[in-house]
Amino acid sequence: MREITYLEAVREAMSLEMRKNKDVFILGEDIGVYGGAFGVTRGMIEEFGPERVRNTPISEAGIAGAAVGSALTGMRPILELQFSDFITIALDQIVNQAAKIRYMYGGKGKVPMVVRTPSGSGTGAAAQHSQSLEAWVTHIPGLKVVQPSTAYDAKGLLKAAMDDDNPVIFYEHKLLYKTSSDVPEEAYSLPLGKADVKREGSDVTIVATAIMVHRALEAAAELEKEGISIEVIDPCTLVPLDEETIIKSVVKTGRVVVVHEAVKRGGYGGEIASMIAESEAFDYLDAPIKRLGGAPSPVPYHPDLEKAHAPQVSNIIQAAKETLNKV
Amino acid sequence: MKLKLTEEKLLAPKISNEKLVGLYKQMWLIRYFDEKVDEFFAKGMIHGTTHLAVGQEASASGVCALLDIDDKITSTHRGHGHCIAKGATADKMMAELFGRTTGYCKGKGGSMHIADVDMGNLGANGIVAGGIPLAVGSALTAKMKNLNYVTVCFFGDGATNEGSFHEAVNLASIWDLPVIFVCENNQYGMSGSVKEMINVDDIATRAKAYGIPGVVADGNDIIEIMNVTDDAIKRARRGDGPTLIEAKTYRWKGHSKSDAKKYRTREEEKEWRAKDPIKRYKQVLIDAGLFTEETAEELRLAAKKEIEDAVKFSEESPMPTLDDLLTDVYA
Ligand SMILES: Cc1ncc(C[n+]2csc(CCOP(=O)(O)OP(=O)(O)O)c2C)c(N)n1
Ligand SMILES: [Mg+2]
Repeated sequence: MREITYLEAVREAMSLEMRKNKDVFILGEDIGVYGGAFGVTRGMIEEFGPERVRNTPISEAGIAGAAVGSALTGMRPILELQFSDFITIALDQIVNQAAKIRYMYGGKGKVPMVVRTPSGSGTGAAAQHSQSLEAWVTHIPGLKVVQPSTAYDAKGLLKAAMDDDNPVIFYEHKLLYKTSSDVPEEAYSLPLGKADVKREGSDVTIVATAIMVHRALEAAAELEKEGISIEVIDPCTLVPLDEETIIKSVVKTGRVVVVHEAVKRGGYGGEIASMIAESEAFDYLDAPIKRLGGAPSPVPYHPDLEKAHAPQVSNIIQAAKETLNKV
Repeated sequence: MKLKLTEEKLLAPKISNEKLVGLYKQMWLIRYFDEKVDEFFAKGMIHGTTHLAVGQEASASGVCALLDIDDKITSTHRGHGHCIAKGATADKMMAELFGRTTGYCKGKGGSMHIADVDMGNLGANGIVAGGIPLAVGSALTAKMKNLNYVTVCFFGDGATNEGSFHEAVNLASIWDLPVIFVCENNQYGMSGSVKEMINVDDIATRAKAYGIPGVVADGNDIIEIMNVTDDAIKRARRGDGPTLIEAKTYRWKGHSKSDAKKYRTREEEKEWRAKDPIKRYKQVLIDAGLFTEETAEELRLAAKKEIEDAVKFSEESPMPTLDDLLTDVYA
């Protein structure tokens, strides 16, 4: 198998699908010759033309609405929202329209669309271009929410998202775009709602999303040197959530750390923690559930502060040890 | 002495000859600030991202020249020039880009969020069109509290495709608010050409839909900018409501720090570089006898020195500590 980047994996998933299915098209700001703010769609307008790689004005509410309307009437749009922070502007269409239509209409009509959008800090773009707002959309019944952490997962999950008949919000972490992994050349689908055990272990379970998966794996490698065995679980999709895989792991280890980059308060980690507490795994817990998340401030500009805002490997190591009373 | 060249047009009562000459230096200050930032980004000395307004100095300087200290502006991601023109100092701006505690935002905002509320600069904005409704709110305050200040709202051509623009202009119009909408049409919103993204020749005509005057101005001609701004400010202060000014200009550099500029041609760039607003203004001042080649050169060098000093100030300023992460989240 060959290695490609996360960014290339996203592009490849779209291109393969667009070659096969004429109903799939992509719209968004600067996705034409510019190739998208992060270069994900580079080369696509040359292959598919400006009708299907539709370069739009800066009009997030308008283009989100156009995506919903076209999905409702038979197309399968992929909306690239240039930064996930701008979902604030598109949110009425996503929350009050896309998520509700099928239910409100009594099961008639469907909205098969994917909103692909880069999230996360670490680029120095500060408060309005660095957020992780995924918890907001997980709150809305009718939406599915995906957060791939590797190139392999990104390609397979995006295929599943494009095949899905519901609106799917697909978060791409900016710092992961350049990371690579082995990725098959052909199309394949990874089911939404299936977690991936990224590393098996027996002492502590770490449930991590997006870039935190990589930090958790680094922490696990460090802790292994001290004889601590860590299991790392990547939910891959937040909605639907693979509760079973997480519960099974916690039953085995009796200790759990949940980590995401989004601000801890109101973050999805709270949902995962309470799901564990409400499950049969509760009886197996040997320590309180630990949650790690972003600091309760906007994302700051200065690189040291920006780093301090999000959980780092050392914080994860510390939290895992705390569940073992080893600090 | 009044400027001969533009005698009937000139805002002589408002702008002294001394100030007119000062504006020349200010334009260089804006240019050198952005060129320095460009250099630092290329060298990896500044982190994050930035948007430069090289080539667009006339609209920032020309509009703000007509403002008093208690007048307000809202700015954009491409806002270093607006900041300087509204009275910000280069040292605290550069310190912000260096992430130092002496910066306008104590190192927590960076290039896209510089604000100086005390000087009437309500802030740059990382959200395209994000500042437009804010400007309307600021103008609403002026009206409700019976204050005499006006609010200038800077934004780009691309921003006029956002719902916020249309909603805000309509509000300002129905409430007769003292706000001046200044669209700096630099021909592109990132890679999107106005020809491709907007189906009218002049953005100013969009004013018609909201029942306010729309004026097209040569954005590289600071004198023309001052004239149309003066009219708009007078109208706003009279209580007659907002004006939309479209300043046609061009950004010389790429959109942000990485931009292959595939969406435009090098010839087009060359054409616009020939319309350099600073060069043009220099000629105006020389023709009017307000300064000589030598004074012009001195002013340019003084601006350059000011930027060098700002860099030195920034380098010597302290970094924030981790304790600063959680300060200023709430008032
Ligand atoms: C709501 C929103 N959408 C998109 C962006 C990304 N973006 C930043 S600047 C820009 C172009 C803005 O164009 P224009 O308003 O013409 O201003 P200019 O950059 O030309 O000064 C874009 C698309 C953003 N920051 N905010
Ligand atoms: Mg523009």
